[in-house]
Amino acid sequence: MIDEKFDAIVVGAGMAGNAAAYTMAKRGLKVLQLERGEYSGSKNVQGAILYADMMEKIIPDFREDAPLERHLIEQRFWMMTDNSHTGLQYRSDEFNEESPNRYTIIRAQFDKWFSSKVREAGALVVCETTVTELVQDAYGKVIGVKTDRGGGQIHADVVVLAEGVTGLLGTRAGLRKIPKPTEVALAVKEMHFLPQEVIEQRFNLKGNEGVVIEAAGTISKGMTGMGFIYTNRECISVGLGCLVSDFQSTGVSPYQLLEKFKSHPSVAPLLEGSEVKEYAAHLIPEGGYKAIPQLYGDGWVVVGDAAQLNNAIHREGSNLAMTSGRIAAEAVFQVKSRKDPMTAQNLSLYKKMLDDSFIMKDLKKYKDMPKLLHIQSQNFFLTYPQLVNKAMENYLRVDGTPKKEKQKLTMKSFVSARSWAGLFGDAFRLARAWR
Amino acid sequence: MATTETAVRVEDKLFQNRYLVDAGRAHIKVRPHTTPSPALKALLTTCPAKCYEMNDKGQVEITADGCVECGTCRIIGEPSGDIEWNYPRGGYGVLFKFG
Ligand SMILES: Cc1cc2nc3c(=O)[nH]c(=O)nc-3n(C[C@H](O)[C@H](O)[C@H](O)COP(=O)(O)OP(=O)(O)OC[C@H]3O[C@@H](n4cnc5c(N)ncnc54)[C@H](O)[C@@H]3O)c2cc1C
Ligand code: SF4
Repeated sequence: MIDEKFDAIVVGAGMAGNAAAYTMAKRGLKVLQLERGEYSGSKNVQGAILYADMMEKIIPDFREDAPLERHLIEQRFWMMTDNSHTGLQYRSDEFNEESPNRYTIIRAQFDKWFSSKVREAGALVVCETTVTELVQDAYGKVIGVKTDRGGGQIHADVVVLAEGVTGLLGTRAGLRKIPKPTEVALAVKEMHFLPQEVIEQRFNLKGNEGVVIEAAGTISKGMTGMGFIYTNRECISVGLGCLVSDFQSTGVSPYQLLEKFKSHPSVAPLLEGSEVKEYAAHLIPEGGYKAIPQLYGDGWVVVGDAAQLNNAIHREGSNLAMTSGRIAAEAVFQVKSRKDPMTAQNLSLYKKMLDDSFIMKDLKKYKDMPKLLHIQSQNFFLTYPQLVNKAMENYLRVDGTPKKEKQKLTMKSFVSARSWAGLFGDAFRLARAWR
Repeated sequence: MATTETAVRVEDKLFQNRYLVDAGRAHIKVRPHTTPSPALKALLTTCPAKCYEMNDKGQVEITADGCVECGTCRIIGEPSGDIEWNYPRGGYGVLFKFG
């Protein structure tokens, strides 16, 4: 198939792979990128919010021609019970700025565009090709790959594994372990189409303004999970994800749960009359800092979701993916320019640069969060939302009960559900994990 | 007002999707068994495309045509050897238009 030797082979054309391939090709390296999908993006699923700052660091003028849906001017957080929600909402005209900070995107379309930039930068991009094996020499150094197109081995000085959360190659080669069911969430999502004016009316928007809603509570039936509703130009992304271990142990069906979320009285009116054009599912790495595997070795580095670089608390993944891809590319370029070999020792530069970036700093900050939310999922996703919503109802309903008595009742409901020790314990643990 | 739980058929959802099925080359295989392990049983409910079903002999079978390649069954079933999981051949499988 391909006889020449490359400076780098990038496996995967998602956010991480495209960022890595683009950055290396721009620096003049000879790059081959392999993607199993029909085109870059055809296998990829996201909410999706794009964080502009990280994209600018790769392609500064991306706004000129990237397919962007809406810039976000409003964020809502909903704490839900089966028939109510208590919300926190932030909207600001400041977000209607010259160069907005967050956009909604449609991944299949965005990736396709990003991939065209990778080609323009000079990389050889080959789609519809699944990499089946990493080729290692007698000492275990990765020296290339094999694909399902036959034609034997393709060689490179370094292989950048941007293969996403499933990460088949790296796990098969023993470079890292397969994620545990407690370390990944399964998200299901649908694309609901509506006329642009209807979306703008329902969400109180004009022009390209957009809103996102993040929701948690009884919608996940006590499992660790979240729902989301994101506005695109002519469609709404609606989805929901919970830990795989929770789906496994409860026997709850993911798509029935999504159906329930869609029929919630707070959600249904937003979607009414829409036409569903796609149903997708994907895993999200949720293990956080403690689940990050070995990130480099002789002849290889791993970036993005494959390396569990995902901040589930803030719903950030693609920005960590593209940043880790860019940083790995810069590290490879530096090693290459010194004419040094791609050994583990030299490639440790990637880890060092990553440690100095927001990626590792943020993930480290929340290192105890995944465990806390998992062990306490019943309290955080079931008990508290019910208590808070009940308290809101109690507070707002005018029925002749003296206010003092109402407050007492509310307090009592919290204490009887969780006890004083439980309440203080939860507050303490949450504050510590958040710190 | 309480919401009613509406049972939905996943087939109706998958119908919207585009696939290029690699006929005769299933990318996921279930290890032959007489009684299914707990992991295999969990796949009956956890697979978001409902690819796993119990046959009339009480064994778990897979029909991967509607698979959305999420990898969930691999996480649950590969470590114990209950299933063998691979990507479809390049270009085949689900083709997301939006993702
Ligand atoms: C429902 C959902 C909502 C999300 N919302 C957000 C959000 O709003 N904002 C955000 O920042 N993040 C979000 N994320 C996370 C984000 O999508 C991921 O972090 C990001 O896509 C990771 O990029 P990646 O390049 O590492 O992996 P991917 O985008 O998964 O790319 C991996 C690529 O590698 C290819 N590949 C894999 N193996 C092989 C092989 N052997 N041979 C050839 N090709 C291969 C795949 O086909 C794929 O194209 C969300 C995720 C989900 C599932
Ligand atoms: S990969 Fe996902 S959709 Fe496909 S069979 Fe496994 S669990 Fe089902």
